[in-house]
Amino acid sequence: MSATQILFWILSVVALFSAIMVLLSKNPVHSVLWLIAVFFSISGHYILLNAQFLAIVNMIVYAGAIMVLFLFVVMLMNLNKETEPQKNLWLKLAGVVSGGCLLMILVSLIRQASEVTNKQVLLKDGNIGLIKNLGKALFSDYVVPFEISSVLFLSAMIGAVVIGKKN
Amino acid sequence: MNQLVYLVPLFPLLGFLINGLGRKSLSKSMIGTIGSGAILASFVVSLMLFFQVKNGAVATVNYFNFINVQNLTIPFAFQVDQLSSLFLLIITGVGFLIHLYSTAYMHEEEPQHFGRYFAYLNLFVFSMLLLVMGANYVIMFIGWEGVGLCSYLLIGFWFKNDNYNYAAKKAFIMNRIGDLGFLLAIFWIIAKLGTVNYADVFTNDSIQKLSSTDITAITILLFVGAMGKSAQIPLYTWLPDAMAGPTPVSALIHAATMVTAGIYMIARSNLLYSASEVAQNLVAIIGLATALFSATIALKQNDIKKVLAYSTVSQLGYMFLGLGVGAYTGAVFHVMTHAFFKALLFLGAGSVIHAMHHEQDIRKMGGLKKHLPITHITFLLGCIAISGIPPFSGFFSKDEILAAAFAHNPIYWGLGVAGAAMTAFYMFRLYATTFLGTFRGTQDQEHHLHESPSAMTIPLIVLAVLSVIGGFVGVPEVLGGHHALHEFLSPVLVTEQHHEIAHQTEYMLMGISVAIAAIAIIFAINKFSKKPDLQDAQGLGKTLENKWYIDELYDAVIVNPLNNLAGFFKNVVEKSGIDGIVNGVGRLVSYSSRQIRLIQSGQVGGYILFMVMAIVVIVLIWVNDGFIYKLFTK
Amino acid sequence: MPIQYYIVLSLALFCIGIVGVLTRRNAIIIFMCIELMLNAVNLLLVAFSKMHHNTVLAADKATQAGIEGQLFVFFIMVVAAAEVSVGLAIIVMMFRNTHSVDVNFLNRLKN
Repeated sequence: MSATQILFWILSVVALFSAIMVLLSKNPVHSVLWLIAVFFSISGHYILLNAQFLAIVNMIVYAGAIMVLFLFVVMLMNLNKETEPQKNLWLKLAGVVSGGCLLMILVSLIRQASEVTNKQVLLKDGNIGLIKNLGKALFSDYVVPFEISSVLFLSAMIGAVVIGKKN
Repeated sequence: MNQLVYLVPLFPLLGFLINGLGRKSLSKSMIGTIGSGAILASFVVSLMLFFQVKNGAVATVNYFNFINVQNLTIPFAFQVDQLSSLFLLIITGVGFLIHLYSTAYMHEEEPQHFGRYFAYLNLFVFSMLLLVMGANYVIMFIGWEGVGLCSYLLIGFWFKNDNYNYAAKKAFIMNRIGDLGFLLAIFWIIAKLGTVNYADVFTNDSIQKLSSTDITAITILLFVGAMGKSAQIPLYTWLPDAMAGPTPVSALIHAATMVTAGIYMIARSNLLYSASEVAQNLVAIIGLATALFSATIALKQNDIKKVLAYSTVSQLGYMFLGLGVGAYTGAVFHVMTHAFFKALLFLGAGSVIHAMHHEQDIRKMGGLKKHLPITHITFLLGCIAISGIPPFSGFFSKDEILAAAFAHNPIYWGLGVAGAAMTAFYMFRLYATTFLGTFRGTQDQEHHLHESPSAMTIPLIVLAVLSVIGGFVGVPEVLGGHHALHEFLSPVLVTEQHHEIAHQTEYMLMGISVAIAAIAIIFAINKFSKKPDLQDAQGLGKTLENKWYIDELYDAVIVNPLNNLAGFFKNVVEKSGIDGIVNGVGRLVSYSSRQIRLIQSGQVGGYILFMVMAIVVIVLIWVNDGFIYKLFTK
Repeated sequence: MPIQYYIVLSLALFCIGIVGVLTRRNAIIIFMCIELMLNAVNLLLVAFSKMHHNTVLAADKATQAGIEGQLFVFFIMVVAAAEVSVGLAIIVMMFRNTHSVDVNFLNRLKN
């Protein structure tokens, strides 16, 4: 087992554990922190896949900006364990069972799918995840969607301001 | 001749349409003129046809095919021959007089009801003409139903009175029972012969094609139809109740014309009846039983119209007796004379009722002789005619039937004479109680007593004259005449075989019947002119007054069980059964939807849960290689 | 590294997100679970991109195949960032009105 494989398993376990802890934490602040852990482990996966740009962006945008925003809101609202609303046990059970069923079915489906058997994922090799190559593609072939996404941001910003404004 | 035929029913139809549609805009005199004029025009045409027929011109006119399916063709055709032309004269002639009478009798009605009345009456005449002119059983059946409808409409003419509506319904339903028999007979004929045309059915070939069972069944079913329409036992009870209608209606429909439709039908089918001894005997026995039975009821009735109604039933019984013993000419002859004197009697009764301000109880009349001279004289002539006193018309026709009955079976004759004696007795009881003695009504009524207007008395006079002389068309050979009617009708009616009895015997029979009738008349006048029986009858009389409790019997045996059954279905089967199912379905849907509605909680979590479940199910289906698809295709 | 591993990992993360959405009532946690699901998809996209790149690379050393997958992830992040800003604004609004982040108060869909 090579070092990359070991890293893959470690990162996977961390991601799954943190994700489960997001759900299990009673305190919303802890949930946010566990989610940040999930994002970091996913960024780790990106690095493992030699997708450096996405790894950095994921860390900056998700773990940095978005999760800080979440944390900010949670703290602004002063949410904690006591204020946390709880669903009744049966509904929780129904949710877990149906989610589990979905996972089971999808996994069994993937095991049968011939399209993905014996396909390998390049880990270190391949340079498409580098900033240079992505930047070239982004500012040549995908420049129009890129510009449109800036409009999306603008409108999202205006929307957030309008919604958040007091009356 | 062929060009004239359709005019006969056309005029009443036009009259019906004009009066029916214009009843709110036309004035009363207009309506009366149109209504009567249509019948008069029809009468004139009928008269022309009659003389042509008398010269031997018989015609069947085809207009179009009424029904045309595969092997069965039923043409819309009119047949004018000796029998139908005679009936045409009776219907339009008596009909016209009664229309004329109605213009005065119904004058108090509001214009629109007046118009409605004449529209119905014209429709009735139209239907009746269709009945007698049709060249096959189906056209006859159309007319048959038409007159039944008009009878219903006119009995219930004053529809604000529930009792009258009940009487109308009773008449209609009883007629329906008979109609069913008639209809089955038509079907039977179609099934066996494939045609309903008289010209095809009444041939020796056709008769031979039918087995004796067929003929007996057909004739008895036809007779069931006649029972309903002509008020014979057991379907007679509607006719007395039908007196709820206006009196001219009773005269026209329930005495002179419609109720004789059954006689017409059997006379028309005489070839079939002659081939079935069973049916003939049945007709004779039913006729005789009806004649006697209703005569006994008439003895104790106190309503002037009820007496006449039971008398009508009784006279119809005589006609059926005549048909049953093979005296077809005699029966048709009696139809004619009966139309004259019974229409006269009803119109006379109408005149009395008119004068008495709609009082119909004879116990409250009396001594009307001096107040209503014309009505009195004509009514008296009618009574003599119906009693069978020579040389009045009733004598000749009744005597012919009785003579034929004697030849057939002397017991029939004996019972017939007994009935005739009762007829004479109750008619003169009626006459004496009404016109003789002293007035027993209120002062107010006496003050207002008046002779009816000329529009009412003229028909009375004409009918009285006809009642007196009408018999001379059929003077039997034994009295030195030659039977003109018999000769006239001989092409369409089979000759009576049994009619050959010795002249001596016939003289004797006549003498006996006349003598008995005369005794009954004298007895009745003596008994009732001075002190009419005003008290409620006791014992047998009470039973007679209550019509042998036949209505109550029918109510108990047929009407009430049916009502109870209907009530059971309505209250139990309908309420708890049908409604239970319907409401149960509704309640189930309502309940289950109330439960299912809870799923639509409006909370997103629930929706997502269902969405995930659905995804699981869909993927499962997909993975299993479309088993749902297979489920529907294999 | 076989692609199945990545697929199963992504599915697991995704289903955890779903279970979170189904079992929690706190609007912010639900929102976070949605982010988790988005990230699971992102991870899968990158893995597929590298798989695709691997199959083409054997024939063409200078290929750029599979780069679209990573660009797509980039755009997803862009949209997610915009979505979060608006979504959190809505949650703040809701909190301001109901003084709670319980999604059960948001049952106006019923009417």
